[in-house]
Amino acid sequence: MFKTFKLGGVHPAENKLSEDKPIQVLPIPKIASIPFSQHLGAPAKVLVARGDVVKAGQLIAKGEAFISANIHSSVSGKVQKIDNIVDTSGFRRPAVVIAVDGDEWEESIDRSPELKTEITLGQKEIIQKINDMGVVGLGGATFPSHVKLMVPEGKKAEVLIINGVECEPYLTSDHRLMLEKGEEMLVGVQILKIALGVNKAIIGIENNKPDAIKHLSDLAQKHEGIEVQGLKVKYPQGAEKQLIKALINREVPSGKLPIEVGAVVNNAGTAFAVYEAVQKNKPLMERVVTLTGKSVKDPGNFMVRIGTPISELIEAAGGLPEDTGKVIGGGPMMGKALNSLEVPVVKGTSGILIMPEKESQREKVLHCIRCSKCVSVCPMGLEPYLLEKLVMFEDWDRTQSEKVMDCIECGSCHYTCPANRPLLDYIRLGKNKVGQIMRSRAGK
Amino acid sequence: MNLLKVSGSPHVHTDNSVKNIMYGVIYAMIPAMLVSVYFFGLDALRVMVLSVVACLLVEYLLQKYVVKTDVTIWDGSAIITGILLAFNVPSNLPWWIILIGAIVSIGVAKTSFGGLGKNIFNPALVGRVFLLISFPVQMTSWPVPKPIGGTALTDAVTGPTPLGIMKEGLAAGQSVQEIMPEIPNYVQNLMTGFQGGSLGEVSAIALILGAIYMLYRKIITWHTPFAYLGSVVIFSGILWLVDPTQFVDPLFHLVTGGMILGVFYMATDMVSSPMSTRGQLVFGAGAGILTILIRVFGAYPEGVSFAILIMNGFVPLIDRAFKPARFGEMVKS
Repeated sequence: MFKTFKLGGVHPAENKLSEDKPIQVLPIPKIASIPFSQHLGAPAKVLVARGDVVKAGQLIAKGEAFISANIHSSVSGKVQKIDNIVDTSGFRRPAVVIAVDGDEWEESIDRSPELKTEITLGQKEIIQKINDMGVVGLGGATFPSHVKLMVPEGKKAEVLIINGVECEPYLTSDHRLMLEKGEEMLVGVQILKIALGVNKAIIGIENNKPDAIKHLSDLAQKHEGIEVQGLKVKYPQGAEKQLIKALINREVPSGKLPIEVGAVVNNAGTAFAVYEAVQKNKPLMERVVTLTGKSVKDPGNFMVRIGTPISELIEAAGGLPEDTGKVIGGGPMMGKALNSLEVPVVKGTSGILIMPEKESQREKVLHCIRCSKCVSVCPMGLEPYLLEKLVMFEDWDRTQSEKVMDCIECGSCHYTCPANRPLLDYIRLGKNKVGQIMRSRAGK
Repeated sequence: MNLLKVSGSPHVHTDNSVKNIMYGVIYAMIPAMLVSVYFFGLDALRVMVLSVVACLLVEYLLQKYVVKTDVTIWDGSAIITGILLAFNVPSNLPWWIILIGAIVSIGVAKTSFGGLGKNIFNPALVGRVFLLISFPVQMTSWPVPKPIGGTALTDAVTGPTPLGIMKEGLAAGQSVQEIMPEIPNYVQNLMTGFQGGSLGEVSAIALILGAIYMLYRKIITWHTPFAYLGSVVIFSGILWLVDPTQFVDPLFHLVTGGMILGVFYMATDMVSSPMSTRGQLVFGAGAGILTILIRVFGAYPEGVSFAILIMNGFVPLIDRAFKPARFGEMVKS
């Protein structure tokens, strides 16, 4: 039986064009641009200067704040400059630009391919190791993993949830990783269980990936306390709160974290990164990226060094199609449209989606016909049509009391609106304004 | 190279559109349109064509020359209003009354509020009620159906509806049991359409077919109709149990007086009904109670139109009071 969450949700065309394409290793770029801020929280503080020679895996920026993450060089070579470059956010932000020379790795990294199942580290050391290796959530939100694993006082983690849902259309990087690195991933899950002090983990996978469900279920036989659960295909099941609801039928209260209901959610890709960090001493310096799109000649999944310009990735998939209109970092529902092909792949880049021109244009906006589709698809039980109007009228108090901050920006309302209203644009604006007001009131 | 397009997420959109929804409603009304032509002949066709053309024309003229906005007459909403207006009038209505109905529906109830999506009240119902009050004689002389190639039930050209017969009989001091023989086989006749009435209220089966199509296409949800029919049954059932000689049974209320048309095609109008499912249940239940109140205790024999219009007026309050179930408030762990 396949489970799912109850409230709202949509089912956009899945378009998993690259699901049968094995992960290929993308050649090392000539220039790697590695931003300091690839995670949620404070940017890391730079440790290198122009002219320094770095190795792959060397720490080049240190996360000093509580919520921050270390940044490592993904290549070996010489630091060409430290400069502001356009990154996936669309803004110019500081990055280390490295001219690549060879491929020399830190000696501490275990590059052997063999599976290391024996876990020697204890809870504290594991969390420290994950922190040292700069592991962040690879599902897209890039929340520093070590922070997530530190259970706050007074709370108790009961279950670890591994997110293998990949509910975004087009993206297949987690799918491929689950198929090809399943054994490593399950060791990663065991490590995460030790870090959290829980003895149960559930891996949630949507049933459009039956091969991954079967593969991991088979492998999980050999592991204690790991359960694989198939889920009905429904967007946004990969959202933390919706996934918890689907798997263990608990609802995280408004404004609270999953630990409130005893759950901690980590992405399947993160579990693999944790394995590499803890067992192989390898920092998060490369990741799987799906390069896809209807007009792309050869959509595929690539193991890419962080900092590689996406233009090189596009070349590897047969070049930029003639009819390109939009290039999106991430999936079509929550991804960000990129304004340059030179932006680097960062820790949070799960895919690059190239949309043809004819699908890149938004349709004409009509009056709201009050069809209430947006209300019925909202997985948080909000009223997007109302929030849109309140933001238009700049009624921030009521925008807040109508729970704008609960919005997870999944885009289901915007996707489903027959009048093509830009609901999420306004709601984002509202979240931004209300967030500012709340912070300034709290500051007084 | 051309510049890349940039916009906020999401970057994909459903194929559903306003036009799609509106034409879906029109398709759903086709069975009822065919049945009305079968029973009332070319007169029915005349009324429907006149009404639709008048609605389109009024909307075109107002958008083009008065409001000076984009002309959107082909979005389907004016066609729906036209068909619904035609469904709510007798087949022998003079053309100029239909035109007045179209002007009130589209001009007063829709365009003056800001067009599609902005109207508070269901345009077709506003037009219908306006005509009912202004032209009571023409609006309540119901032609007796004469199937194409068949014969009419009686020799009379026009006759009252079952609800009218019931109302008059009760007013004259007769009991329900004494009146019933005057309307034999009314359930069967109303289901198939072999009964005097407005175009759209003649065949419940054809209307329900269309309603099933709309439910399947998710143009309407079950909430409003279910609550409406449920409250009609419960409320009229209580009255009936109290005194079966003075109050007629719930089944009679369900099949007469355009109940099916109102419940599935007008109470479910997106624009003038609440947004949350909780609100839709309240809206439907309120309309059901009002309908029975008006039918039983009011001056008019039928109350569906008035009940829906009154509830339309409450929609902003209902929307404010009945919020959807928020995530995180349903289950306490």
